[in-house]
Amino acid sequence: MSLRVLVSVKRVPAPGARINLTADGQEVDTAHLGFTTSPHEECAVEAAVQLVEAHGGTATVLTLGRPEAEEQLRYAVSVGITSAVLLPIEGPDWDPQRTACGIVTAIRQLESAEGRYDVILFGNESADSAGFQVGIRVAHALGRPMVNGAKGIEVADGMVHVRRPSDAGEEAYALPLPAVVGVKEGINLPRYPTMKGRLASKRGDVTRLDVTAEPGGQQLVRLFRPPERLSQTTILGNGPDAAPAVVDLLEDLGVLA
Amino acid sequence: MSTVLVVVEHDRGVLADATREALTAGRAIAAASSATLEALTIGSAADGLTADLAAFGVDAVHQAHHEILTDYGPEAWGEVVAQAVRLLSPEVVLATGTDRGNEVLAQAAARLDLPMVANCTVLAGDELTRVRWGGSLLEQTKLVAPVRLLTIAHHAIEVAPSDSAGAPEHDVFVPDLDPALVRSVVRERGQRVAGITLSTAPVVVGGGRGVGSAEAFTPLEELAGLLGGVVGCSRAVTNNGWRNHTDQVGQTGTRIAPTVYLACGISGAIQHWVGAMAAKNIVAINIDPDANMVTKAGYAVIGDLHEVVPAISAEIRRRGG
Repeated sequence: MSLRVLVSVKRVPAPGARINLTADGQEVDTAHLGFTTSPHEECAVEAAVQLVEAHGGTATVLTLGRPEAEEQLRYAVSVGITSAVLLPIEGPDWDPQRTACGIVTAIRQLESAEGRYDVILFGNESADSAGFQVGIRVAHALGRPMVNGAKGIEVADGMVHVRRPSDAGEEAYALPLPAVVGVKEGINLPRYPTMKGRLASKRGDVTRLDVTAEPGGQQLVRLFRPPERLSQTTILGNGPDAAPAVVDLLEDLGVLA
Repeated sequence: MSTVLVVVEHDRGVLADATREALTAGRAIAAASSATLEALTIGSAADGLTADLAAFGVDAVHQAHHEILTDYGPEAWGEVVAQAVRLLSPEVVLATGTDRGNEVLAQAAARLDLPMVANCTVLAGDELTRVRWGGSLLEQTKLVAPVRLLTIAHHAIEVAPSDSAGAPEHDVFVPDLDPALVRSVVRERGQRVAGITLSTAPVVVGGGRGVGSAEAFTPLEELAGLLGGVVGCSRAVTNNGWRNHTDQVGQTGTRIAPTVYLACGISGAIQHWVGAMAAKNIVAINIDPDANMVTKAGYAVIGDLHEVVPAISAEIRRRGG
């Protein structure tokens, strides 16, 4: 059985050691930052590619975001995704309810044109806003089962088998297809693009779908940084000569057996 | 009288620690708005938790019983919460800011077509503060909703039992559940990994890009062994395939809180720092005195980890006898 897989991703800033904010506190100042695919979703893209490698079929990547997010869609194509769909928005990020609503509208359009997706993948949560809900809202609107936090996915016997770690031990789920799964980093090690993949991603088309949705009930007021823990760093020494000072400290802290 | 409803997270009757945080937060909101504090337990396995809940000043416990609630299932649990909200009309619903808590409340929010705010740290009126970027940024957010669905960021609130623990009323509530929701209930369980883990280890020896290769982690393993600790790593290390993701400390890895974190060759990007910042003491070992990890750490050794780490192990052995 070949599979139709859809993976939803988000373009997020790639901060280094410190996150700066715009003067109005409405968003991260990205003037000096690159962008990337949110980490859990990078793994969801890899999982989608692996599912299609194992079963045949097609994998589509979708994002709702500013038009620049085409960069992340093309990256997904460069690592093996078949086709890409951009749901362009202008201005600030949409809230989670609105985002989910826009994605549902697009999925319904895509499915009525091309057929049902057997598996829809999301990241567990986005690196920047981390609302922990868009995938779940989409799954519910589509009437499909959903499990978040997946560290293992296999499709067999008309089911998607999901493994996820918990404090009490690993949990196994078996969701009947069509199903929705939220993926966590660590499920796989995303591959790098090949030269052939890079070329394909430059040439390929990105389908644009315009969707509209009403704002939900959550509204960003401002972003701010928590008070920083000011620490005076005590330098214990330079090079291997510092070892006795380090061991003295470990003794003081009571961690030497 | 209005109601604050806390969704009790448990695993087949074992209370999750984070539930105590949600109960503590719930009691404060209830006191401020003269509301009753009520708790919802899902599945009869949780019936025995009433005494634990009473200790947090819960006035009433609603016990949801249904034959498909024998184990955790995100859709079934979310549907129970949605039905409890319709039945009890609470003003505020609180859940834990954990994998399960966020998942269940999002399922409920989808069913109720209400907004949900994940991982709140401050709750005052209709303005809330929530965690972003793993805690390196905060967001002040405004919530406009007839029922406020919130999860409480894990480790953000100090747990405090009530001074006046009472004897809560309890009632059994039988939700009307579609038997098809059994489709996302846990099917099987694996065994818990024995021994100390990254999240519970008293000492973590972390390695970053500066370690250079998978093989070069051997001296870090040795030092961790001498200290009864474990090895952790940064995302750069897992991305290079040097170590398994289960060793990754950070926003998308494990949050650690050891007595001592020895951070070797780790620059200290946000992604890593938010996973390590709860360590009680940090010793950074880095060739670069200006590395973020060095300036944020309480202690540092400036030098090449490939020389410093073996020297520390040698010194421990020398003192040991």
